[in-house]
Amino acid sequence: MNPFLAQQVQTVDAPGIDWGAILPMVIVFGAACVGVLIEAFVPKHQRWSGQVVLTLGSIAAAGIALGAYVSGRPSHGVLTMAGTLSIDTPALFLWGTLLALSVAAVLMIADRSVEPGGSFVAQAGIAPGTVQDRAQVQSTGMQTEVFPLALFALGGMMAFTAANDLLTMFIALEVLSLPLYLMCGLARRRRLLSQEAAVKYFLLGAFASAFFLYGLAMLYGYAGSVKLADIATAAAGTDRSDTLLFAGLGLLMVGLLFKGSVGPFHTWTPDVYQGAPTPVTAFMAACTKVAAFGGILRVLTVAFEATSWEWRGVMWAVAIISMAVGAVLGLTQTDLKRMIAYSSIAHAGFLLIGTMALTDEGLSGTLFYLLAYGFTTLAVFGVISLVRDSSGEATHLSAWAGLAKRSPLLAGVFTFLLLALAGIPLTSGFVGKFVVFSAALSDGMAPLVVIALVFSAVAAFFYLRVVVLMYFSEPASDGPTVSVPGAFTTASIALGVIVTLLLGLLPTFALDWAGAGGFALGG
Amino acid sequence: MTPTYYLLLSALLFSIGAVGVLVRRNAIVVFMCIELMLNAVNLSLVTFARINADLDGQVMAFFVMVVAAAEVVVGLAIIMAIFRTRRSASIDDTNLLKY
Repeated sequence: MNPFLAQQVQTVDAPGIDWGAILPMVIVFGAACVGVLIEAFVPKHQRWSGQVVLTLGSIAAAGIALGAYVSGRPSHGVLTMAGTLSIDTPALFLWGTLLALSVAAVLMIADRSVEPGGSFVAQAGIAPGTVQDRAQVQSTGMQTEVFPLALFALGGMMAFTAANDLLTMFIALEVLSLPLYLMCGLARRRRLLSQEAAVKYFLLGAFASAFFLYGLAMLYGYAGSVKLADIATAAAGTDRSDTLLFAGLGLLMVGLLFKGSVGPFHTWTPDVYQGAPTPVTAFMAACTKVAAFGGILRVLTVAFEATSWEWRGVMWAVAIISMAVGAVLGLTQTDLKRMIAYSSIAHAGFLLIGTMALTDEGLSGTLFYLLAYGFTTLAVFGVISLVRDSSGEATHLSAWAGLAKRSPLLAGVFTFLLLALAGIPLTSGFVGKFVVFSAALSDGMAPLVVIALVFSAVAAFFYLRVVVLMYFSEPASDGPTVSVPGAFTTASIALGVIVTLLLGLLPTFALDWAGAGGFALGG
Repeated sequence: MTPTYYLLLSALLFSIGAVGVLVRRNAIVVFMCIELMLNAVNLSLVTFARINADLDGQVMAFFVMVVAAAEVVVGLAIIMAIFRTRRSASIDDTNLLKY
């Protein structure tokens, strides 16, 4: 029975909060609120600089707080806020990853040198195609609400990866999704596409979160609690109806796999990646994937490990569909952003293999893969934002023909990043695939690993096609120009390239941290 | 009155909402169907709270309401923006991004 009902207690003890552990998240959310106040009270021409300083400063402060916490207390995880948040090694690793990735993403969002005024619309209220709209394309203003929105999304992602019960997870899912829906619709150019991406992402995202919620309700009916540990206890030894458990798990996974853009729930990904402003696409591709797979890992490991024999077959099918869709449809794409979107669907399939392993190697491998993939894909979108023609970014493949003759450096960087996505040795992509596949092999998933290798070979073909196009084709006479990036975009691309290279050459440090401990179970 | 009937009703409402999302053409109506799905979930949360004899489910229903309200704010803003551009809220018209 519920203690509140049984005892009629008048005083309720406030749950203890371990402020040191959640400080990084508190800093991010606090800065997001300050960012909203800046929008309200600071004059328009000062907002951009204020927001950039605030956003980067708060992410750096959160990183320092995280570093201080990790170095001061290498514990096996604490449960705080009445057990709703679990600050354990995977959560801390994912927080570090998210903060590092969002620094690079915010730098790209803030960049105003590649396109005068930045990639974001000056006033989102102006209808596209009107006289005012043509004027605002020329202006140097920018809708600076993007920065607090990005911080809110980042905070939601951090809460999502640490959430130890399904309700917290649902709230965090919405906190990370709602700002992203808005950010998708704020492109300066090609606004019809951008708004269309926002509508599609929003309707499908809300649809998926309704499924997540219904799964939550079923599991609550099954276990009498939404705490992951309680669901695990209930699933381990009762004679309760399995219908509720597996219907709940299925519905829950639909919501989670949608966010991770996996397999048959991927349909939004190409449209949204193509339509959204490129910095936002980079942010989504890197950070949302990290958060979604962090959540999937935690749910499967903590709550559903005991029933893994029942659901693993279905997840095999999902992983195979995801890899097949990503690799095969990626071959037919003619737009670079869309192609990278299909590549992200294929990568989601690879990640799912590591997630399914449910061993320590599977956990650390997946965490490493997320870190490696995040930085590579961020840098890829950074490079894509540099190749432009008169109407904005030239993302059509034909525009990239012979680019190596015009800009050898850019072509070289892009080749390196594509090779990392394909998983060629000496890049982080190779190490990531290696650790994930070897974890799956040792967990008895050899057939799945063989299928994954076949599909990574298929996917390698469309990456190499771009490389061949850049080096061995004649450039078109009216082709795009390669913009000289400003300090911000240069920094974020450089960060992505350096991390991709370092993780490929010296992966031990990150692997050790990723493997330093499992999820804090607790109750 | 067995609580099971309420669970069946909520499953029915959820299915009506889901089918509505898939077949309706107007973005506002699609959005209303999603709200119907969320409220069907609320009904099952409250019913399960009754079956389990605790308050958690009822509290969760409040959380869902707040989230649904926040979703309305964001969703209607996005649908308004695209309606201003296209003078239509039909989701069949938003077809520039494909393949």
